[in-house]
Amino acid sequence: MSSLWPRLEPLLARVRKPARYIGCEDGAASPQHGHGKVAWLLAYPDVYEVGLPNQGLQILYEILNERPDAVAERTYAPWVDLEALMRERGIPLFSVDTHRSADEFDILAFNLSAELVYTNVLNMIDLAGSPVRAADRRPTDPLVIIGGHAAFNPEPMADFIDCAVLGEGEEVIGEITEIVREWKASGRTEGSRHAVLRELARIPGVYVPSMYEVAYDGDRVVGITPAFSDVPELVTKRTVSDLGQWQYPKSPLAPLTEVVHDRLAVEVFRGCTRGCRFCQAGMITRPVRERPAEQVRTMITEGLKRTGYNEVSLTSLSTADFSGIESVVTSVVPDPTACGAPTVSLPSLRVDAFTVGLAAKVASGRRSGLTFAPEAGTWRLRTVINKLITEEDLYGAVESAFSSGWSRMKLYFLTGLPTETDIDTEGIVDLAAGCVSIGKKYTNRASVTVSVGGFVPKAHTPFQWFGQNGVPELRRKIGIVREAAGRAKGVHVKWHDPAATLAEGIASRGDRRVGAVIERVWREGGVFQEWSEFFLLDRWLDAMAAEGLSPDWFVTRHRDENEVFPWHHLSAGLHHDFLWQDWRSALAEAGLEDCRWTPCYDCGVCTGDGLEHIVASPVAPAGGSQGTGQNLALGGSVPISLRPKSMVTS
Amino acid sequence: MKARISYSKLGKIRFTGHRDVARIWERSLRKAEIPVAMSTGFTPRLKMAFGLALPTGAESLVELLDVTFAEDAGLGVDDLDDLASRIDASLPVGMAVTGIRECAPSEASLQEDVVATTWVLAVDAPDVGDQIERINRSPEVWLERERKGETRRDDIRDGILHLGLIAPEQSDVLPSRWLGESGGVVIEAVLTTAGRGIRPTELVEALVPGCEPWNHLTRVLRINQWIEREGERVDVLSARPAHPQVCA
Repeated sequence: MSSLWPRLEPLLARVRKPARYIGCEDGAASPQHGHGKVAWLLAYPDVYEVGLPNQGLQILYEILNERPDAVAERTYAPWVDLEALMRERGIPLFSVDTHRSADEFDILAFNLSAELVYTNVLNMIDLAGSPVRAADRRPTDPLVIIGGHAAFNPEPMADFIDCAVLGEGEEVIGEITEIVREWKASGRTEGSRHAVLRELARIPGVYVPSMYEVAYDGDRVVGITPAFSDVPELVTKRTVSDLGQWQYPKSPLAPLTEVVHDRLAVEVFRGCTRGCRFCQAGMITRPVRERPAEQVRTMITEGLKRTGYNEVSLTSLSTADFSGIESVVTSVVPDPTACGAPTVSLPSLRVDAFTVGLAAKVASGRRSGLTFAPEAGTWRLRTVINKLITEEDLYGAVESAFSSGWSRMKLYFLTGLPTETDIDTEGIVDLAAGCVSIGKKYTNRASVTVSVGGFVPKAHTPFQWFGQNGVPELRRKIGIVREAAGRAKGVHVKWHDPAATLAEGIASRGDRRVGAVIERVWREGGVFQEWSEFFLLDRWLDAMAAEGLSPDWFVTRHRDENEVFPWHHLSAGLHHDFLWQDWRSALAEAGLEDCRWTPCYDCGVCTGDGLEHIVASPVAPAGGSQGTGQNLALGGSVPISLRPKSMVTS
Repeated sequence: MKARISYSKLGKIRFTGHRDVARIWERSLRKAEIPVAMSTGFTPRLKMAFGLALPTGAESLVELLDVTFAEDAGLGVDDLDDLASRIDASLPVGMAVTGIRECAPSEASLQEDVVATTWVLAVDAPDVGDQIERINRSPEVWLERERKGETRRDDIRDGILHLGLIAPEQSDVLPSRWLGESGGVVIEAVLTTAGRGIRPTELVEALVPGCEPWNHLTRVLRINQWIEREGERVDVLSARPAHPQVCA
């Protein structure tokens, strides 16, 4: 039970950014370990600067430390310089709170927001002194649990984890704690690890891969079935029904060193029913649950006071959709504290003039850049992906932004989308050029940066059947954008490396066999795969070849209706039929309305789980076409009807 | 009113950098609800002016900054003690206010005024005593060092104003565990801040030629910052507690 600090301290002046290893944040808990307590080490498998702001981790950290039978600390991936010194000296993975060795914890719980961090997870398990393969772990080794969006297809990680938690963790962590507490009290005897895992498998939302058998026919997965009768056939995600009951974090972490989102974050709602078909987050976090506006105000006021920040970010998947947004924003802004008025930032702006007006209201200081995500270059393709914003919406938003003093716009696009033709790809630059010419009316410095990412189909989305574009095809499409942008004045292009997109595809829809590939990539030194300086596609391709697996099978192959997905036994609440139908509608270029303000089309989530949307306003927010093609600038009429093109039945 | 504040930076927090410290101060002043004046312009900031940067990893008993208070708050000299304790209460563990005084608008900025600083260094390397003698006897000490991305060769001898060993038991500021496990020595040095200045790591490179300084510099603490008045070196702001709290 000793601190590793005396051994770490002499190393820290020799490594880059040592402040990321000292803890001491404002708002950090004072973890009290003790007999009868379950010790959780909450891990984020990327560097501290990226991991610290993660809200999920901060929420669970606080809830666990409030429990009398639990204690939680945090850890992040050490950068390669410190890792080398740690390995040289036999120093294990440590918590940043009390610098306790990872092997003194009962649970090592990873938050996985993306797939390319998988090799870092293996590296951290290894640094913790635990066998990377779950089957090799002894009763005294920590239980390795994963959660977060990527846990919705945990199969590539099945060999390395003890459990995956699907969905929101607020409630389930207590249930896990109780079972592990009993196990600990019983002395963790030889063979008891299997018994505790079997018990954990009975908690709703907890998936224990070792309790399931996968059947293959050649390359094809044909079945995933429980190995024991008391293990559920289908594991369904957990959802907190009322966000207002969970006012966390109450004590937000303000770090001593700079991190990626260096401001207070207040989550205003969870879930999104805009229904963008490429968006895994929107599909797996339904239904929409708004936090009461009054509670949002309290969390802003108290959070700013506690942290000393003067900027708050109102987070969600589409913050302008929050029913109370205007009143919340205006109540924060004219409230100058002793050291100047706080500012509000709105991430994930909706693309319409109303939203930009809102942003203009809260933006302070220099108005340099504003970001929108039209995602596709033509209305046709935006109908396919159900990102139903019209050209008028975008141009209206951009006009509003330039006229309010912004001079640079950033537009996010995906390429390699289903049914995408070169006309759609060229449309990206046409839209950007249209924005530049609007901007030129207001400023000579008007410029638009187009950011192009290769599309990776994700589990539990209507596009899970789609064969991802390969590297050459994505390169060709990015080439089209770059060439067209070369002819368009004021349009700049940034793009994501298609090689990394391929690796992400392998991990996103992979099955258990991909685990061996991840292990090989890690053993060959492939850590920090989200960092371009460390990413090498050949490592992934060589590992695939060595395991006899084909990237085409996992990534670029189109799946048909009979496909048994590796996540067949895992549910985000969405009916298989709804997803298939929505995929067919996409191919037929038919859109689907937002069910917050229109009758339920039964995607399965609310009906299956006895849940409801919690939305303060029964009317769609003002501004833009709201995916209807109508002018709803004055608030619109409800129910709204969709552009022609009815749903196609297959 | 403008105040000159001295503060200590000890323990774990020494691994934060100069920019981090500026952010910590901003947040701490806001948490304490101190009425600080704001700069004008596109991005209004709190009116603070920091003294010389402390290298990341080094500790200090005498870091300095000037803070200008908002005029309409009507603060005066009588409020300084109260301000100091409020600010102190909101600083993170390892940082503490050690002194405060009014600073006249006419006073030169800290960056211009400070001419030298005194350091205590725990150095773990063989023959350091001999090396100190060598440097003290030499008319010149050449060192290759980097400034703004450029490598240059400088004679740093004139910038080493004092260099000598001290017995650990003599020092009232050094916890005994400062010395590395293999032993080592404790040095006191007064280094110039004029021109390109001399960093404590550069002194270590001069003492252990060709070394990676942080492999030998177990601990380093700034204990004084000096300004010149009428030909005399005087402490910028007397702030040297006998028994500083070290954050474990």
